[in-house]
Amino acid sequence: MTFKETPSQTVGPYFAYGLCPQQYDFDLKSLFTPELVTPDAAGEHITLIGRVFDGDGHAVHDAMLEFSQVDSEGRYPSTSAEVANMGFRGFARVGTGTDPQQRYVVRTVKPAPAHAGDAPHIDVVVTMRGMLTHTFTRIYFDDETAANAADPVPCAVPAERRATLIARRDERPGNVVYHFDIHMQGERETVFFDL
Amino acid sequence: MDESILSPRDFDSHPAYVHPPYRSSIKRGPTLPLIPLKEKLRDQRTPVYGTDDLGPLDHDLTRNAARNGEPLGERIIVTGRVFDVGGKPVRNTLVEIWQANAAGRYVHKQDQHDAPLDPNFLGAGRCITDNDGRYRFLTIKPGAYPWGNHPNAWRPNHIHFSLFGEYFGSRLVTQMYFPGDPLLALDPIFQGTPEHARDRLISRFSIDTTEESYALGYEFDIVLRGPNQTPTER
Repeated sequence: MTFKETPSQTVGPYFAYGLCPQQYDFDLKSLFTPELVTPDAAGEHITLIGRVFDGDGHAVHDAMLEFSQVDSEGRYPSTSAEVANMGFRGFARVGTGTDPQQRYVVRTVKPAPAHAGDAPHIDVVVTMRGMLTHTFTRIYFDDETAANAADPVPCAVPAERRATLIARRDERPGNVVYHFDIHMQGERETVFFDL
Repeated sequence: MDESILSPRDFDSHPAYVHPPYRSSIKRGPTLPLIPLKEKLRDQRTPVYGTDDLGPLDHDLTRNAARNGEPLGERIIVTGRVFDVGGKPVRNTLVEIWQANAAGRYVHKQDQHDAPLDPNFLGAGRCITDNDGRYRFLTIKPGAYPWGNHPNAWRPNHIHFSLFGEYFGSRLVTQMYFPGDPLLALDPIFQGTPEHARDRLISRFSIDTTEESYALGYEFDIVLRGPNQTPTER
C-alpha cells in the first residue's frame, strides 16, 4: 500500500445541520433523507423502525444511521436518471434525534436477494457521538427463515448472536413495519462486521 | 476485477471503539470482536449523487448562509486531495463538512455553549472532488469550545469531514485539526488515535494555497480504503 488511511474521528453530537439538515429542520437541502424510496418504487413498501441502545440500555438520541440496499428486483441505480425512473434511491440517512422516543424511521421496499444464494438484507452504517470509528451491521428479515439459513453471512455468525441481525415483521393495516433495534453493548450486543 | 475485495480496514490507523478517556465511548463502543465479512467490490454500493444535487454556494461557507452580511471571523481556504490507499485519486466523490463558527458555537439546537451565534453562518458545506481528487472549501476558522468530558475540557479547533469514497466499506467520518493547536495534546478524541497516525489528522498551512489579501490556506489530504492490492509473487 502506498498511502495510509486517514484515521476516523467521532461524528460528534452536532452532525445534524450538516448531514441531516431537513430532518432536523435546518435551512439546507438534505442530500440523503430517511426516505430510501419514493411511493412509486416497485415492490412491497415497508417501514423500518428501531432504536439504538447504549451499554446502560438507554436509547441514544444522537446516533446517525445509513442504510443501503437493492430494490425489490435486486437492482441498484447507478445514475440520477435511474433513481428517478425506479423511484428508488437505494440509500437513506437518518438521525435518532427528532423522534420523541429516539427511534429512527426509514421508508423503503423489501429488497430482493442481490445474488442467488443470498438472503435479502440491508447494509447499515452505525455511528454516533461516543464512537470514534463507525461500524457496519446488516438487517435480515424474520420471514425469510430458509434464505437466512442458506446465506453464508449470517451462518458465519455464532448461532447465539444471529438473532441480533434479524428484523421482526409487524403487519399493520396499510403498512408493514419491521422492527430492528441496535444494541451497542450488553447481552444482546448487535453483531458488527469487519467489512 | 469482479472478484476483487476492498483493502482490509487498517485498524492500526483508527481509534479503538472504547477509549476510556473519551467518556462517552465507554458505553457506546462495541465490545465483542467484529465478524469478518469480505464482500466483493461489485457488491459494495455507494449512494447516487451528482453535481446537480449541490447548490452553487455549497462549497462556500462564507456565503452559503449569509443573510445580511458576511460571517465574522478569519476566512480560510481548506483544500486537499482524496486518495485511496493505492495512491489513486478518488474522483467525483462527495465531501461533506460541518463546523462551529468563529466563536466556537454550533447552530445545533443542543449546543448550549454561551457564545454567540452568527446570523450569517451555518457552518455546513459540501462539494465533489475533481479529476485530481481535489476538494476545496471557503470557510471561517472554527473556534475552540468547551465540552463536558472532564473538568475544563475544550475541543481543539476542528472541521468535521464525511466521505463515502467509491465503495460502501470506504466510508470515513473524521475531523481535521489545525497545526500548532495547544489543545491537541489535551483532547481525548484526537489522542484516542494511535500516536503514529495522529499527524494525518492535522492540516498543513500553505502559503501557496493562501490567497493574497483574502484568506489563509490549509491543505488536508484524505486517504480512503481502496481495491485490495495483492503483492506480486516473485
